[in-house]
Amino acid sequence: MTTTRMLRRWLGRAAVAALFAVSGLEIATLVSRPADAVLELDINQGQIKPIPIAIPTFGALGGDPQIAANMTAVITSDLVRSGLFIPIDPARFPPTPASSQVPSFGDWRALDAQALVVGGVGVEADGRLRTEFRLWDVIAGQQSTGQQYYATPANWRKVAHIIADAIYERLTGEKGYFNSQVVFVDESGPKDRRVKRLAVMDQDGANVRYLTEGNSLVLTPRFSPTSQYVAYMSYEGSEPSVYLMDTSTGQHRLIDRFPGMSLAPRFAPDGQRMALSLERGGVTNIFEYDLRTRALRRLTDVAAIDVGASYSPDGSQMVFESDRGGSKQLYVMNADGSNPQRITHGEGTYGTPVWSPRGDLIAFTRQSGGQFSIGVIKPDGSGERILTTGFHNEGPTWSPNGRIIMFFREQQGEGGPRLFTIDLTGYNQFQVATPGFASDPAWSPPIN
Amino acid sequence: MPVMVNVVRALLVAGVALGLAACAKPGGSGADLSITGGAATPGSTQDFTVNVGDRVFFLTDSSEFTPEAVATLNRQVQWLQRYPQYTFIIEGHADERGTREYNIALGARRASAVQTFFVSRGIPANRMRTISYGKERPVAVCDDISCWSQNRRAVIVLTNAGV
Repeated sequence: MTTTRMLRRWLGRAAVAALFAVSGLEIATLVSRPADAVLELDINQGQIKPIPIAIPTFGALGGDPQIAANMTAVITSDLVRSGLFIPIDPARFPPTPASSQVPSFGDWRALDAQALVVGGVGVEADGRLRTEFRLWDVIAGQQSTGQQYYATPANWRKVAHIIADAIYERLTGEKGYFNSQVVFVDESGPKDRRVKRLAVMDQDGANVRYLTEGNSLVLTPRFSPTSQYVAYMSYEGSEPSVYLMDTSTGQHRLIDRFPGMSLAPRFAPDGQRMALSLERGGVTNIFEYDLRTRALRRLTDVAAIDVGASYSPDGSQMVFESDRGGSKQLYVMNADGSNPQRITHGEGTYGTPVWSPRGDLIAFTRQSGGQFSIGVIKPDGSGERILTTGFHNEGPTWSPNGRIIMFFREQQGEGGPRLFTIDLTGYNQFQVATPGFASDPAWSPPIN
Repeated sequence: MPVMVNVVRALLVAGVALGLAACAKPGGSGADLSITGGAATPGSTQDFTVNVGDRVFFLTDSSEFTPEAVATLNRQVQWLQRYPQYTFIIEGHADERGTREYNIALGARRASAVQTFFVSRGIPANRMRTISYGKERPVAVCDDISCWSQNRRAVIVLTNAGV
């Protein structure tokens, strides 16, 4: 395909592309050729070979070169942290083509690049950023995808995450997860007088926003399926209880008055119901609470600790932890509480189960031999795999596409926990930068 | 929250001291006070903490009482029966070697075990309430067993004196 034909194709598409708005963003597809894609990564293989990708700094098309550089860095970081891409050293790059130009593929093949991302950032007359990018299949010598976006300058990170998602989706065939958020607990002060605050941030640690001021101990926040609400445990009243916060207004309220302590909230996929545990007389059992009707339904009834319920993505089942058999183990039951089955049988004890949004796996914390591990297991109890082990790893949460797990880790003597991500191979591990110590991360659903 | 508790505690101690100072002290004398260092007037919160013991310790993942714990609980029962003006909170705690939600439930189970013990020994249930802090409020903050064993505890916090 000649340069002129490519250009014509692009210009033609761009001219007729239907613009649509997504939360203040307008996206136009520059070119799409899904049918004859060559470069694709099968991420269901056991051994994943990352794609060598070249991402030259985006051009400043009359715009701010700093924003262009920052966006390039965010896109690169997103892709690298997925474990599926390996960036090529920019020092080796040949001259970068303009974003409207077809690259000299031979030059990029010589670097063993399989994918090339070329982009630019301009400014519209009304002050909006116009960002465009093209993903080139270097092996096949053709464009894989290309889009342009219009957004306010304040949204530059969001646009970068959306571009990274587009590249990830094009090359893996899976939904991306970069344009998503994490709610977590910010920790400060000495360990015996720790101050804990709820905070939300982008999944890469940027744009931290505090939701509480630290006057009350707060724990285990979890997003509702729309991301608008966060359910969490707080000690602000006379009894430690589950509260609900509207993250857009900061308003929060006790979800209801129960006899005894309430803890371990988790939304059902429909967002209308919530699993939680209620404690009375030292016995902790699992209930389902209907946020609309305020009806409370008991799901377990044993003289034990049943806690940490998490719904399957179709809402038909729940996984939870219980010491009913003498030690902490994971159980799967129907969502009405019937037919509980123990699914863990390895050495040690298991807790904090979380059902993957794909439905295929359950992530957990396992304690064994004085160490804390993060692992995954199939809902039928087969295929247990440990992803990371150390002094203290706890509290996994899934990326919206079920490919990455975030958790908190405390190294012996460090004085506090930090957030990390790990992929399902266990090989790609990265710390998530937070302002201070951080724990109890919970990933949002995809953000629009 | 713990700051608040500490402030309340401090005020209570001050209140007791002032109350005693204002009252006649039959049989009391400076010499008697100096024997206990002046820090533990009988019936005071300090007396309870220093001479009785305000906490019992547990083994890992357990809410069973050790023989030492039973001895402490018996002293606590005697003292609490002798000074019925006190109401109190039973705090249940866990060490850091567990997961967050389970440890909150475990702390509640420990606090409840103490409550059951007290009630079985005749202390009215309406004098006490329980709260669990799980692993959120360690008293010892090193990363080894010398600290963890101190953090697996149930603590009696006296909440009002002589009211």
